[in-house]
Amino acid sequence: MPITHYIILSLALFSIGIVGVLTRRNAIIIFMCIELMLNAVNLLLVAFSKMHNYAAIKAAADQKLPITEAILNTGSEGQIFVFFIMVVAAAEVTVGLAIIVMMYRNIHSVDVNFLNRLKH
Amino acid sequence: MTITITQILFWILSVAALFSALMVITSKNPVHSVLWLIATFFSISGHYILLSAQFLAVVNIIVYAGAIMVLFLFVIMLMNLNRETEPQKNRWIKMAGAIAGGCLLLVLVASLKNVESASTIEDVKGGDVGFIKRLGKELFSTYVVPFEISSILFLSAMVGAVVIGKKE
Repeated sequence: MPITHYIILSLALFSIGIVGVLTRRNAIIIFMCIELMLNAVNLLLVAFSKMHNYAAIKAAADQKLPITEAILNTGSEGQIFVFFIMVVAAAEVTVGLAIIVMMYRNIHSVDVNFLNRLKH
Repeated sequence: MTITITQILFWILSVAALFSALMVITSKNPVHSVLWLIATFFSISGHYILLSAQFLAVVNIIVYAGAIMVLFLFVIMLMNLNRETEPQKNRWIKMAGAIAGGCLLLVLVASLKNVESASTIEDVKGGDVGFIKRLGKELFSTYVVPFEISSILFLSAMVGAVVIGKKE
């Protein structure tokens, strides 16, 4: 598949997440849209990682070079990075949902329009 | 130009991902949004498998669709939000949000216009960078310090969630 297909797919998913954050008022759904944007970025990172990996292996094979471990490892940084993004997202979700639960306990709503006390 | 099975799967998974992502932001009921988001994560996992990144596909299903979304469902049902709670709001805000997002997508896609689209992702022999054997070796040798630091992050997130969620 051409890499541009994956770029456009990820951009579309990211934009859908942004539209959700801008239009919805429910704090939990806004949070879910942030997760959607994180996943769009993850997909793009994995696609680029595979692209670099295949390009490196193909280049080495074309030049008749021995395929070393370093060449086979090309692009693994992207997937390790996705792994760490998932770790951080899991930590973020626990704290964020705790904050939403506390907000519900205090104002009995998860509507972000009621969170305007700093305005008055 | 022949259409391979990979291309067919790519298009099916892309349509599924985009459709379920749209349903996430248009569903009135929060529980339906969560379920559609799980569908989105499954189609993204399908993309990972298509890119032969098996480890991340499985982690995506276990961590995102399994753990995080269950947490979301749990909170929604705990607060009894599974009715259509969102009040009637200004449709101009909705339209402005859609236009803003559409403009962002347009600008980002337009910036790709001059990109050389020669680089493709094709399966070659020995390209097993997404497998657990290779990633695990890398994770526990080069990236062992960030890995350990992430455990501290988890610990602090856990303590933070307990402290915030506690009744004062």
